[in-house]
This record gives sequence, C-alpha cells and structure tokens, in this order.
Amino acid sequence: MNMTKSSDNYFEIERAGINTTYQDYGRKNLNHLGIPISGIMDKRNYILSNSLLKKDLNSSVIEFAYQGPLLKYHGEKIFIVITGDVQFKIVKMNKKIIIGKPYNVYLIENKDKIDIQSTNKSVYGYLSINEDIILDKFWGSVSVNTKAKIGPNNGQKLSVNQKIILSHKNNPVPLAKLNYVNSKIEYIRVIKSTNFDFFSEKSKKNFFNKEFKITKLLDRMGMRLEGNRLENIVNNNIKSEGLVKGVVQVPSDGNPIIMLADHGTIGGYPKIANVISADFDKVAQMTPGAYIKFKAVNLNDAEKLFKFYNIETNNLVNQIS
Amino acid sequence: MIKNILNLGDSSVYCDFGVEVNREINNNVIKYFKNLKEKKFDGITNITPSYNKLIVSFDLEVTTYSKVKKIIENLELEEKIEIEKKIIEIPICCENNFKIDYDRLEKILNIKFEKLLEIFFNDEYFCYMTGFIAGMPFLGDTNKKLRAKRLDTPRVKVPKGSVGLTEQFCNIYTYESPGGWNIIGNTPIKIFNKAEENNPLLINPGDKVKFKRITQDEYDKIK
Repeated sequence: MNMTKSSDNYFEIERAGINTTYQDYGRKNLNHLGIPISGIMDKRNYILSNSLLKKDLNSSVIEFAYQGPLLKYHGEKIFIVITGDVQFKIVKMNKKIIIGKPYNVYLIENKDKIDIQSTNKSVYGYLSINEDIILDKFWGSVSVNTKAKIGPNNGQKLSVNQKIILSHKNNPVPLAKLNYVNSKIEYIRVIKSTNFDFFSEKSKKNFFNKEFKITKLLDRMGMRLEGNRLENIVNNNIKSEGLVKGVVQVPSDGNPIIMLADHGTIGGYPKIANVISADFDKVAQMTPGAYIKFKAVNLNDAEKLFKFYNIETNNLVNQIS
Repeated sequence: MIKNILNLGDSSVYCDFGVEVNREINNNVIKYFKNLKEKKFDGITNITPSYNKLIVSFDLEVTTYSKVKKIIENLELEEKIEIEKKIIEIPICCENNFKIDYDRLEKILNIKFEKLLEIFFNDEYFCYMTGFIAGMPFLGDTNKKLRAKRLDTPRVKVPKGSVGLTEQFCNIYTYESPGGWNIIGNTPIKIFNKAEENNPLLINPGDKVKFKRITQDEYDKIK
C-alpha cells in the first residue's frame, strides 16, 4: 500500500476516524463457510453516492462511522461526494474553507484536505470518488470484515498514515447535486420469527409496545438492546442454526440482539423477529442511547414495503441534477 | 424429508428437518444444500446448512419467498451430487496453557483430565456444519461422559486454534473470537485459509475428523 509512484493519485490518511472501512455490496453465497455477506450498512446512501458520480452501483466506497477520516489529497483533480447526514469541510490549498454539503459533488485538487467531522444523529456515511480505489477483491468483494479479518487492507479498518490509491482515468463528471434529508426514524418494522412463541404473553406484548434502548454494544456485527427483559418460557437455547441479517435473537438474559452486516453465520439463541429488508438502512443508522420501537408487519406487507423502498431510491436517483 | 417450511423475515426460507440432531437428518440437510448450490438458482444469495435446518436466503429484488419455497418443494434431489467424504487428521496439544478449561471439566464431569483425553482421542468425529466464524467446524458426537454445558459467561477472546467441547459437539476456533466452549487444547494447523479462495476450509460438512495428540515440542515444530 505504501509503494506509491510519483504519478499516482492518492489520499494520505491524517486521521483515520472511528471505523473507516472499504465497502461495496459484499460477498454472497459464503455463509456456509462462516463468511457473512458484509457490505455497506446503509444501501440507499451507498447507491446515491455512486449515482451522484455516475459510477457503477457496486463501486468501492469508503464507509465511516460517527467521526470520519481527515484525508489529504495528492494528484490530479478528482471529484468526490459524501452521503449520509454528515458534517464535513474541504480545506483548500490556499487555506480557504468550504463547508461541505452532503449529496453535492465537489472538485478536489492537489493538496486539498477533506475533513469528515461527524455524522449527525446517525452512524454511517459514505465517501465516493470518481476515480476507482485500487483494491484487491476477496471472494469478489472489497468489503472489509474486521472481525474475520477478511478483505483488502488485511481485513482491517483504515489507520493513520496509510494511503488510499486511486486510478488515473481523468473522466470529468458534472458537479451534480441532490436535495435529500434522511428521514427521522420512528419505528423499525419486523416480521415475527420462528421462535416468537417461545416468549411469554407479556413479553410478546412488551416487544411491540415498549421501547428498547440501544446500548453501546453496537458495531457492524450487531446491535444489543436493553430495557425490557423478554421472558422465554420454552427454551433458552435452540440447536445452533443459520443466521441472516436482521434476525433479532434473544439470549438467556432476555436482552435482544439485532444481527447486522458482519453477523456470525450460525447461532443458538431463539429468534423473536426479523427486521424487514425495507428497514435495514434505518436500523443501521440508529445510535447508542437512542430508543427503538418495533412494529409488526406480515410478509405480504414487507414485500410491498421493499418495493416502495426501491421506488423511493430510484426516484432520488432520478432527481439528481 | 423437510418437515416444515417457513419464512425467516422477508428474504429467507427456513427449512425445518426436525428437532433431533443425528447424522441421517444432517445428511438430508447437506443433500438439499449441495443440490441447491449445484443448480445455482437465480436470486439465491446464501444457503446455510446446520444440524437439522437449512436457511435459503435470496435477493428480494430478484425473487420472493413463495417462488423460492416452490423451488425447494419441487427440487429433484440428484443422488450423483454426493457428499465428498474425507478423513482428516488434526493434531492437538493439550498441555500447559492450551488446556484452558481442564479443571472446570474435571469438576463438572467428575472425570480426570487424562481419562477425558483418552476417551476424546479414541473417537472419530463427523462434521455436521461449518460457520459461526469463518471455517469453524461443528463436530460430533462426543462420548456421553464428555458432555458439558457452555460457560455461563462466554469469553471475550478464545485463542486461535483452540479446541472446545460443548454438549455432544467439539469445535475448533479458526481465529481468535468470543466464545463459550470448554477448551481442552490447541491445534497448530490452519483450519481456515483465506488465501485459498476456492477451497478455504480444511474440514467441510460430511468429513470425518480424527484428532491426534501431540506434545508441546511437536506443536512448536509444526507451527
């Protein structure tokens, strides 16, 4: 990674941020080996980041959480966009400071700095670049799974003084923009799962009527909740079986855990519910300390809501000007 | 063979082969897994076999639960898609710092650790499934005298290579990870090799495993 040629375009990482990784859609059909799909946590913001730069939708991006990286650019001019509810600034070579707006394409020149300060009341944001990030793929994907140490950069998050090497295609892109505000999250919709009836009547009611607090134990692997212990009246352990993204497991302490992108592929705790696909982005953006409320929908509704989610995303892509 | 088919959320099919864990049921799970995998149906994003369940996940942009359910119900199981069975020898050292839970096991199973190892190394094990973390094999069945519960509070870090016991199963931690199994020893060999993209696993479902006891010196040499 450090073998840059003088002609290369690259970012120098002056501050890495809290959890900055390379991502794309992830790797499929490897669950049986113990390798989850991984990939971006917020699909819509990922799609928008690549769409704003007219890139292939599966192009590699830089995903950051809470505080993002501070990057110094070296090379010929490039274009970048940041998506998510993100506060950032661009410090030009002549010290001029541009307060960044997400969903707006910016020109970046030699020695400019991009300072991604924070995500607002959300977790993840994305940085996409019109040039390709030069990375090795693992099982067809650049997605970094830090727990399994799979992916480029030795499967690790980015760290200070590393370099991010870019291609040299020099394709200019228009300074496109989109007016988009990430909506406030009121509830997370779920389908009752295979072990829903393991829980007491009171706990089943509480699951939908009460709020759960999101604890600090939150990462790309999962989200632990607390506040209303769910009482299992059948069996605290099931024979270990497959897990998928969105499963809400309840271990014997009664506190639910939501499986996210880098989840373990097999688990032995009862499954009370599954987050619907249309709400994956929302749940991923919820922050520690926030409260989550679940709402039950059936399969038919979930399928319709996913179609609606896709239509909304496409409409946003079409509104890019 | 499949007792019940349910939806797991909106983008997975949950195939229930029963509640028991035995090789016959597991063979059926693996048969479905291999056939579905071989036939590469459109939109399927993961097929996850376990002891007695099979979860088939799909891309909701491409297909739906009812369509994938039909595929599974109408699947013709081709016998020629056989499970490749290998016997794999895995060396383990059960000395010094590797036998993390030996005193706990001695207490809860009321057996001397030496005796426990004698029984453990005498048996051959069947790989029911792999997963949780990349490449971890779930092997069974262990002798009835060796069946202990998980730790009450899982360890935050179990060392790479650790061999653990829980209930009728043993496993191998392919890399450092959280875990709650009772650790009896450690293998110096690589069970999961990410450099081998086409065949990263040393032990696959259906394989048999024979453990071989080695000394610390032998362990250091292999490592």
